[in-house]
Amino acid sequence: MAYKRSQILICGGTGCTSSGSMNLAKELKKELVKHDIIDEIEVVVTGCFGLCELGPVVIIYPEGTFYSRVEVADIQELVEEHLVKGRPLSRLIYTEKGDGHHPLSINELGFFKKQKRIALKNCGVINPEDIDEYLGFGGYTAIEKVLLTMSPQDVINEIKASGLRGRGGGGFPTGLKWQFAHDATSEDGVKYVVCNADEGDPGAFMDRSVLEGDPHSLIEAMAIAAYAIGSSKGYVYVRAEYPIAVKRLQIAIDQAKDYGLLGNNIFDTDFSFDLEIRLGAGAFVCGEETALMNSIEGKRGEPRPRPPFPANKGLFGKPTVLNNVETYANITAIILNGAQWFASVGTEKSKGTKVFALGGKINNTGLLEIPMGTTLREIVYEIGGGIPNGRAFKAAQTGGPSGGCIPASLLDTKIDYDNLIAIGSMMGSGGLIVMDEDNCMVDVARFFLDFTQDESCGKCPPCRIGTKRMLEILERICEGKGIEGDIERLQELAEGIKASALCGLGQTAPNPVLSTIHYFRDEYEAHIFDKKCPAGVCKHLLDYTINEDTCKGCGICAKKCPVEAISGEKKKPFSIDLAKCIKCGSCIEACPFGSISRA
Amino acid sequence: MAKSLAELKAIREKKIDEIQLRHGKDGYRVVVGMATCGIASGARPVMIKLMEEVDTKGLVDVTVAQTGCIGSCRLEPIVEVYNAKGEKVTYVHMTPEKVTRVVDEHLALGKVVEEYTMTVVDGKIIDPNVKG
Repeated sequence: MAYKRSQILICGGTGCTSSGSMNLAKELKKELVKHDIIDEIEVVVTGCFGLCELGPVVIIYPEGTFYSRVEVADIQELVEEHLVKGRPLSRLIYTEKGDGHHPLSINELGFFKKQKRIALKNCGVINPEDIDEYLGFGGYTAIEKVLLTMSPQDVINEIKASGLRGRGGGGFPTGLKWQFAHDATSEDGVKYVVCNADEGDPGAFMDRSVLEGDPHSLIEAMAIAAYAIGSSKGYVYVRAEYPIAVKRLQIAIDQAKDYGLLGNNIFDTDFSFDLEIRLGAGAFVCGEETALMNSIEGKRGEPRPRPPFPANKGLFGKPTVLNNVETYANITAIILNGAQWFASVGTEKSKGTKVFALGGKINNTGLLEIPMGTTLREIVYEIGGGIPNGRAFKAAQTGGPSGGCIPASLLDTKIDYDNLIAIGSMMGSGGLIVMDEDNCMVDVARFFLDFTQDESCGKCPPCRIGTKRMLEILERICEGKGIEGDIERLQELAEGIKASALCGLGQTAPNPVLSTIHYFRDEYEAHIFDKKCPAGVCKHLLDYTINEDTCKGCGICAKKCPVEAISGEKKKPFSIDLAKCIKCGSCIEACPFGSISRA
Repeated sequence: MAKSLAELKAIREKKIDEIQLRHGKDGYRVVVGMATCGIASGARPVMIKLMEEVDTKGLVDVTVAQTGCIGSCRLEPIVEVYNAKGEKVTYVHMTPEKVTRVVDEHLALGKVVEEYTMTVVDGKIIDPNVKG
């Protein structure tokens, strides 16, 4: 029977897949067969819903009931209760912290209420491996409108008027970029459109989620860009570390070709467009546009000087439009709803929405899309559900290794491109890492610099040598060997690297150091002058001691100590030999009386 | 096979009905009692007929669901129809034949099929088959 009375959506994003959602799908089908209701209920594997923290996530429609952390063992009961007897299984329904209320529909959840989904509109809603579902949600109507009713210049004007800016980090106006590539001449007429899906920031997964959840929207948008600039060939550069994204994008490309939505003379017009995937090996620098193009050309992934800009001389020396996945994901909505509609969302200079991958010390780890101008406080406390374990917010890091830290005093900053730059950070591609009072800001700066130093391609000396020297200074500060003048040395090196590095990687690498020095200078000073780590992270600066008054002499700590640094007589206070102690913290976790402290 | 614009449109229209579920429906919600009592007295064929009728008549706003024991086992199979305000009409002793009329009149036109309903007099449930 064709009629489906209910649809079960299972998240098939990378987060939920790794927590076992594919086994759930199998078990569900088995149970539905057992109850002989398989014909009337459809199981749909979708892209990311956004609440990865709660995965695997299952939503049952028409009610929209949101089940979280579902296990294979729960499926039998879930099918019997919800689908056979029609009673939502409240035991598994997600309840927002503290209220004990089991919302029966996802629309009631605070996590979703504050969001506005444009780029993620189909993520977690459709089956990404079924082109018919994308069509059912209005898919490929934007390219139809463009090809049949608009000139290339009309398309560019629409994108310009929308105020859309590049979502990959820099925030360059997308319409202007398309105009440059449209106006550029190519002797043999060849131009390219490229999608940058080389998402490399630690903790960021916005682009992956769009590729996994709504790959056809990318294909459609790239075809629109190709029509606008006069190209007939596109490449998606995606890292091989995203196997699900690559697989779904390839399926989508094959389906689009089968339906004649890619290929020659689309809709019987003169427009032809072909799209190919190019896999990257996972080098961070290949997210930089010129290095990315080198990599597609089969060369070493190293940046080249700009100008010439890609719009004039890009891939294979031809005029090229290169946008990030999320930028493309906004295009069809702008074409269908109009530039005015898009420009009505957001702030004066930053229109539309931004997708963030929220991670770190936050309750609702996951993926969210908010209108530009939403404050950091709303993201952290209303959408993110606050900091776990009653700890206090200390800072948020945006822009990944290229961005900066935003302290608690700036929680009410309205998020947009210009405001973030004004406070020493940047939008970046959308990683948002929340830190609480247990995070050491010097250690955070060291972590990011360790990353960029490692990923530096080595072509230009400021980045290759400069980041190495900065990392050495940070490491010595964390080890308690910092000396007076280290902060100033870091700042001087940072300014030099920013001014002279060849590409965006080097030019932005010092940002985490500069912003943490700016907002948390006292922590640097505590490390250098007092040889203390106020957050208790840098282990070279910590001493472990046993409180003699509360120690019962049980000896559990001595048993747990991997280096036999703890000794004592039973029923008398034990002590730690600091010369042997490796500061691993095992004893603190083991002590049943809370008698061991570090400072 | 390359699809023409008309073929794409046809796929879209076919899919929209199926996907409608995920937008939440604002029409009638029809619930069939499918506890042991309901199944034993023939609720399953009633439910299948209901789904077929809703499908063929193209009532995309209607939700069909099943539920457990409603409490009046002697009146099974029971079908309850909720409107958007949550008010319900209870049909009792349902058969696949009766379903067709409920779909045609109540779900399609909003006209309650009085003679199939459960009637309550002074708090006592009166079996509509027992006249007087």
